[in-house]
Formats: sequence, C-alpha cells, structure tokens
Amino acid sequence: MSLSFYVHIPYCIKRCGYCDFNTYTPSELQDGATLEIVSNDYIDAVLKELEFAPQQIVPTIFFGGGTPSLIPAKDLGRVIDEIKKRNGLTSDCEITLEANPDSVTLEKLESYIKVGFNRISFGMQSVMPHVLQVLDRTHNPANVEKAVSMARAVGFKSISVDLIYGTPGESLDDWRQTVEAALALDIDHISAYALIVETGTKLAAQIKRGDFAMPNDDLMAEMYLLVDQLCQEQGMSWYELSNWSKPGHECKHNIAYWRNQNWWGLGPGAHSHVDAKRFWNIKHPTAYKQKLFSGETVIAESENLTADQKRDEAIMLGIRMREGLLRSDLSSTQIQTLSTYGENGFVEMLQDRVLLTPTGRLIADRIVRELTF
Amino acid sequence: MPAISLAKAPQPASTNPAQIRNFCIIAHIDHGKSTLADRMLGITEVVEARNMRAQYLDRMDIERERGITIKSQAVRLPWRSSIDGQEYILNMIDTPGHVDFTYEVSRSLAACEGAVLLVDCAQGIEAQTLANLYLAMENNLTIIPVLNKIDLPNAQPDKFAAELARLIGCQPEDCLRVSGKTGDGVAELLDQIVAQIPAPVGDPNAPARALIFDSVYDSYRGVVTYVRVVDGHLSPREQIQMFSTGVRHEALEVGVISPEPIAGKGLGVGEVGYLITGVKDVRQSRVGDTITTYNNPTKEALSGYKDPKPMVFSGLFPLDGADFPILREALDKLQLNDAALVYEPESSAALGFGFRCGFLGLLHMEIVRERLEREHKLNLISTAPNVVYNVTMDDGKSVRVTNPSEFPEGKVAAVLEPIVKSTILAPAEFIGTIMELCQDRRGILLGMDYISEDRVEIRYDLPLAEIVFDFFDQLKSRTKGYASLDYEEKGDAEGNLVKVDILLQGEAVDAFSAIVHRDKAYAYGVMMTGKLRELIPRQQFEVPIQAAIGARIIARESIRAIRKDVLAKCYGGDISRKRKLLEKQKEGKKRMKMVGRVEVPQEAFVAALATDADIEKIKAARKASQ
Repeated sequence: MSLSFYVHIPYCIKRCGYCDFNTYTPSELQDGATLEIVSNDYIDAVLKELEFAPQQIVPTIFFGGGTPSLIPAKDLGRVIDEIKKRNGLTSDCEITLEANPDSVTLEKLESYIKVGFNRISFGMQSVMPHVLQVLDRTHNPANVEKAVSMARAVGFKSISVDLIYGTPGESLDDWRQTVEAALALDIDHISAYALIVETGTKLAAQIKRGDFAMPNDDLMAEMYLLVDQLCQEQGMSWYELSNWSKPGHECKHNIAYWRNQNWWGLGPGAHSHVDAKRFWNIKHPTAYKQKLFSGETVIAESENLTADQKRDEAIMLGIRMREGLLRSDLSSTQIQTLSTYGENGFVEMLQDRVLLTPTGRLIADRIVRELTF
Repeated sequence: MPAISLAKAPQPASTNPAQIRNFCIIAHIDHGKSTLADRMLGITEVVEARNMRAQYLDRMDIERERGITIKSQAVRLPWRSSIDGQEYILNMIDTPGHVDFTYEVSRSLAACEGAVLLVDCAQGIEAQTLANLYLAMENNLTIIPVLNKIDLPNAQPDKFAAELARLIGCQPEDCLRVSGKTGDGVAELLDQIVAQIPAPVGDPNAPARALIFDSVYDSYRGVVTYVRVVDGHLSPREQIQMFSTGVRHEALEVGVISPEPIAGKGLGVGEVGYLITGVKDVRQSRVGDTITTYNNPTKEALSGYKDPKPMVFSGLFPLDGADFPILREALDKLQLNDAALVYEPESSAALGFGFRCGFLGLLHMEIVRERLEREHKLNLISTAPNVVYNVTMDDGKSVRVTNPSEFPEGKVAAVLEPIVKSTILAPAEFIGTIMELCQDRRGILLGMDYISEDRVEIRYDLPLAEIVFDFFDQLKSRTKGYASLDYEEKGDAEGNLVKVDILLQGEAVDAFSAIVHRDKAYAYGVMMTGKLRELIPRQQFEVPIQAAIGARIIARESIRAIRKDVLAKCYGGDISRKRKLLEKQKEGKKRMKMVGRVEVPQEAFVAALATDADIEKIKAARKASQ
C-alpha cells in the first residue's frame, strides 16, 4: 500500500469573503505580526507530525491551504525532502503546489521546481472583475495569464486553474467568458466548483443582509453544463464531477481521495485516511505547534469505518468519477433504482458499469441517497 | 349553615318526592358553572373543606384543562331551606356545555324540573347558553336567572339583568346575583331552588320508568349509568330492561353520588342516581333510553330517545404506519365511553391505513383526537373534516357519502347536504361583518333581534359543511372574539356541489379530494395545487399537479424536474462530513410516501391538510424533540 500526503499551509495574507477554510491571516494569529513570525517554526511542527505517519511509499504530495505559495520554496522543500528520506517517492510522484497568481514570480516558481514540485494549481476563480469583487478576491485577472506562462516556462509538467461559478451577480455569459479565458491559457487541468455559501463567512452575512442574492439552481445547472461542454470541445474531458483534464493530466492526488486509498494530512485541521480509519487534527495552528513540540498527539477525533459505511462511501465517491460504478458492486435494487434514472436521462447503463450523464452529475447527491438507503 | 349531614338527611329510596328538587345549571364555557358547583358542594358540606379541589366534578384531564364539561354528572345535595326550615334533597345535574352535545344536554334537561341560568355579568349571555335556555323553556323547566362573578371589577349586573329579564320574561330584580368565587349569594340561590322549582311528580306504584341521561365507562366497574326515576322504583339485585333493545341486565348496584358514589337500597320517584349492571360498553346503555324492570315492564317509554348521529367525518391516520394497531385499540377503548363515536378502517393510497371516524361535531372530533394523542401517545394526521352527503344519480340510485372518495362517478342528479339553523350573538357593531361572512358561506338570513341595547341575535341557515370548514375561526377573528355561535340540525337541502380531485402526475391523491360548492371549486383547486407546489420537492421528472372535477381540469401547477442536487467539492476532509449528512438524510427519507412515482414527504401531507393551529402544534412538538 502507498501513502499520499496532504500538507496544509494555514496562512493567507487576507481572508476572502467566501472562504471558510482552516486558514489565518498573520494579524488574526498575533497582533501586528508578519507572516515570517507566525510561520517561523511551522515547518518544524509539520516535520514532527510526519514522525507519526506510516512509512509507505509516496505517489503524491499536495500542498494546499491557505496559500502555500506564501511559504518560501526552501521551507516547503524541507517537507518534501523528509518525506522522500523517510518513505521514498515513486518515480512519477506528483507534487502539487496551490498558488495565488499574484504571489508568484519567475524566480519563485523556479525555486519551487528546484525543490521538487512538478504540478501547480492557480486560484483563478473568474475573469469578471464584478465577480471577483463579490468573492472578495484581490488578484488582477491579467496576472493569471502571466503566472501560467511563467509556470510553463520554468518547467511545471501539469498546470491547473480553479474556477468558481454561481457567484451572486454572475450571468451565464460572464461564466462563459471565464471558462473561455481559462481554456485559452495553455493549461492541462480545470477544477470548476459551484460556489457554496458557508455559514459564518462574510459572504453569508452579506446574503443574509440582502446585499447579494444567490443564483437559482437552474442557472447553476446551466453553468455546469456549459463548462462541461466547453471543456469537452477543447479536449479536456471530465474525470470527476468538478474536474476536467487533458489525457494523462488527471490529478493523481485527488484520485487517491476518491478511490479511498491511504493518505495522511499534515497540519492543523488536516484529515487522514489510513486502512479504513479516518482521523483529523486539532484545528488551530498555535495549539497544533504547541502540542507537537511537547510531544503530544494532534489527532482531535477519529472514526473506524463499518462495512456499511465503507460501502456507502465507495458509492458516494465512485459515482462522481468517469469510471462510474461497477454493476458487479451493486445490488439488484440499486440497479433498479439506477434504471429509473436511466429512463429519465440521468444515468448511462453500460454492459459492466453505470455512469452519470452531465444532467445526472448535477443530481449525484440525490442518486447517492437513493442508492445508499 | 343550613347544611344537613348525609346520615341525618332523607335517605335514597325513601325520600318523599315533595322534598326533592332536580335542577341543572345552564351556562357558557368560562361563565363559572364548575366554580359555582364547587361552591355548592362546599356549602352543603358534602365535600369537606380540606378535600375540596377546583372543578371537583370534572373527571377527565381534558375537562379540567379546557375548563369544559364533556360528560355530565349528578350530585345529591342535602339542604335545609332557611325559608321554611324544612329538609330537602337537591339533585344537581351538571350538563355538558357545547353545541356538539346538544342531545346530551336535552336529556339532562329532561331529567330536571328547573334550571339555573348562569350568566357571567361581565360578558352577558352567549349563543350556546341561549340555545340551551330555549331548550329548557321548551321542556317547561322553571328558569332561575343568576348573574355570576359579581365580584369582578368590570361586572355590569344591571345591564345583563335587563338582558336576561327580556329573554325569559321576568323582572330584572328577579335575577339573583352570586359569586361562585367568594360564595356570595350561593345559599340564597339554594333556597330559591327549593322555593321556585317544582317537586318531581310520578306514580310510585306504576311500572318503573327511569331516564338514562348519562352513561360513563369506568375501567374498574364497567358502565355507570346515570338515571332519573320517573315512576316506580329501581332496586339492587333486580332484573332491569332497556326499553329500546329489550336487553335484560341485573342491577348489581344502585346508588347516589354525593359526590362520591354511595351504594344504597334503590331509587324512588323523582330520585336521581346511578346503577351498575356490569356491561362494558356504553352503547348498551344509551343516553335517552328508558330503563324499566323485567318482571313488571312499562308499556310506554319516556319520550325523546334518539340514536346519536355522527355529523362530521374525518380520516385519522397514524404518522407512523406501525402504530395502526395501537390506534385501533385506542379507538375501541374510547368507544366504550363514547356512544357517539363511530369508526371503520380506511386505507388511503397516500396516508396508508387508518380509520374513517364519525363525530357529533368539531369539538367532539378535537377531543377524540386529543385523547388519542395524549392518552395513547399517538401522532396522527387527520384529513379535512366533511359532512354527510346524499347523492342521487340520474338512474335514481342514491348513495350516502361520508368520504369524498365515496362520491359516485357518473351523472349526478342531486346532492343533498345537511343544513343547520345557526344563532350568532354579538355586539351590534359587528352585524355587517357577520352578515358578510354568512353570505359568503351560502347562508340564508332568517332574522335578527336586539337582545339588549347593543347586542344582537342573528339567525341564519347555513350548510354544516361551511361551519365545519373554518366558519367558527373566521367568526371569532372577524369579531375580535366577541361573537358566539350555536347551531342545530335542520335537515338536508340540495346544494350545487361537486367533488374536486387533486392529481399528482395524473393520479388522484385521495387525501386531498374534497366536496365543495361549484362556485368555490376553482378557488379550492388553485389553493391546493399552489400549496402542494410549495410543499413537494422537485423530482427527477416534471410533476404536473392538477385540480379536476371529474375529467375536467380546473387548475394546474407543475413542479419542474430537479436540476441540481450535488455538492461540487469532495476532498479529504469533506468525505466524513458528506457521509454523515447522508446518514442524517436517511431518516428524512423514511418519512417519504410514494404517490405513484412521486415522492411526497409526510410533512407535505400534514402541512397541506393541517390547520394553522395544527402547524403550530407540529412545530412545538418538533422543537421539544430536538
């Protein structure tokens, strides 16, 4: 068995209005502090946590956040080196960096390549200024193009952008312009997510106050079908509900999640899955560091999956993927349920497997509910 | 105090009828009847002060909580009149106080020679009291007008004395003034009962005739039957016979209530008491029937016996289908004490298995439902109540319809619906509002009278179906709660009525069918289809919702197919969260009912059928369970 690693970088210079991730700005952690101060011994803590992980060979490492590109390459490189030393990396090991298009330079990107990164994912979200403004994003849309060409120039083998649709005020045409702009870049992979308004965020408060209105489900559905269609036309095919790529550029790290392989999340609030056991760390970076430096565990909670839960998870995750569900893994009642959806055009019933159609992907959760109850 | 101890008082079975006074109290809910009764129990010392509790005679929790009497009682009160110094036996017969129980009231009245008309002197007479007063006058009862609650700061005894005097044809100063709360005037009232109400008259040597005016099931003793002896004598160990059925029973025990049961040697002419025969079902001992003796039976029954006739029907379904046997058992048990309750199993495609129940009226229905839910811990859905229709077909066949699903297909020649004669009492300022409401509900104005300077009595013929719908709530809200309503049956009349079906994807949902006036069919259809469109979640296909009369569609809505039900992101930390959400949703899924291929959450049925009050109740229950 192999073991993928996720490395959480819980820092951002500014929190975006829609974000509810476990991330902190320096001033949230310590009044008047700089990023250097708050992140100073963070990598030391992560390396301490690494000591608890099993020593299986590593096919993927993913640095997410937060904003990993805020941390200098030499620091992130220490984590890669240590994992390599301890566990060993596969020859085609995929090492991804999530990056803010505003915070990269040619030199910086070169330095990330040098420490071992070979895949980069930029938060692009939208090209429409009014959409970025609602999302409370700071970057200049033109920076994305620059960042992508620099990343290509320094040798990243796989380049991805993240897009968000369904932002209040975004029209179907706004969204078309965003997707077309993304596809015009020389990229290999696109993730497109419907905006989820999480409770407790600034955006949720704005919507509650009536500043913004969420688009209806029908528009969201049209937006999804549009990105799917435009990607397919450009030779980027879907391989997971919200992900499209050129052949061979699927994100191996994310596939590890969806195939229920073993993965270890390093960092505060990070989740892990090892041999049918799920566990997750305490959330606050300061507490996380303190515990590790005094030799304590940082696991907050864990759960051992029952056979039923494992089966349900396999359906819940598998159905979102291009390969769909194997008929041999399904009961006759489940096949029956899926056939009804087939008649209504949501599901494609193949000889050996069952796949979601584009409209079916849009109601995947509903279908999962019917299959797992 | 002119009380007499029970032991020294005239004894049951040997009391001279000349010493007996049988009376009842006619009053509206809240006008203080139970408090006055409590005070009478205290003043005659049949209940010792230390044993006294409020609403002593009301036995059921519901009675005490709602402050209303559902079943009547009779209490024997010994009293020495301070006018003539003689000993008397006063039998107080407590009548039920609601329009649904008019028949029971009429039997209680038939057991008396006089009635105390009790009116709250801060509120004045109410419609229902007026109806019962008329009933008492028709029975030739002596009426003693009494103004209660004279201790209240907002009491207007002079105003309401004038009102009462006008109604019963006496002088305002003839109205007694009492306070059940302080006891003021209660002794004088008892003296006046002796002085004004005639003693019962009967033939002690004739074959026995006793009127059943109440019949109560007691889980320890079986049915306790309350009687008033008119002629002859009833003794324990004697074979008695029910006149209507001819069924014979042994009188295991004969006694009086004072206010606890005291077994005795029997009951003579004019006496009021109870007997126990060991039967287990009140339907074998029906209110209004005549009891005689088997060995020397009477040839002539006392007049006025009627079978209780259900007027309002509704389907009761357990929210959890597994509770059906509990519901059956609960209804069986309730029926032991409620001869008017009828039910038969019903199966609804939408709601599963339940019972079609017949009730005397809306309050009766509410009480039954509340007792089922409270005493048997059931959660019930009830369908909209409806009345009994008689449908005549073109071929001359006629069908009795107690459920919209029984409404016949094919050419209908005529539909008959029950009509009631209703009486509304209200301040004069609301005349316009009330007439508008009655007109809107297909009412026919019969007449209007001022009962005092600023209060009117308005009489309308109304279809019972309109009253059953939400007439009373509307009346109350449009008159700020000041109007009161009473009604009595007045036979059937032809109505332009149609059955409106509600179809989901072309399939009629039985629970939502209704029989309505043709002019209101469209409004009902639009209301119901609109409501369901909001309540039923989007499905994997488009679902048309239609309202139809026969094959003709009169209203249409549609629930568009679901477009989006997915969370876009599903990475490491999302997986547990997502699975837990699924597990939680499993519970909700269990509460879905399938109508054809359409999944309808149970809440949608409840919300579509429920009244606003029901919805509040459901919300409260949900909150409490969280």
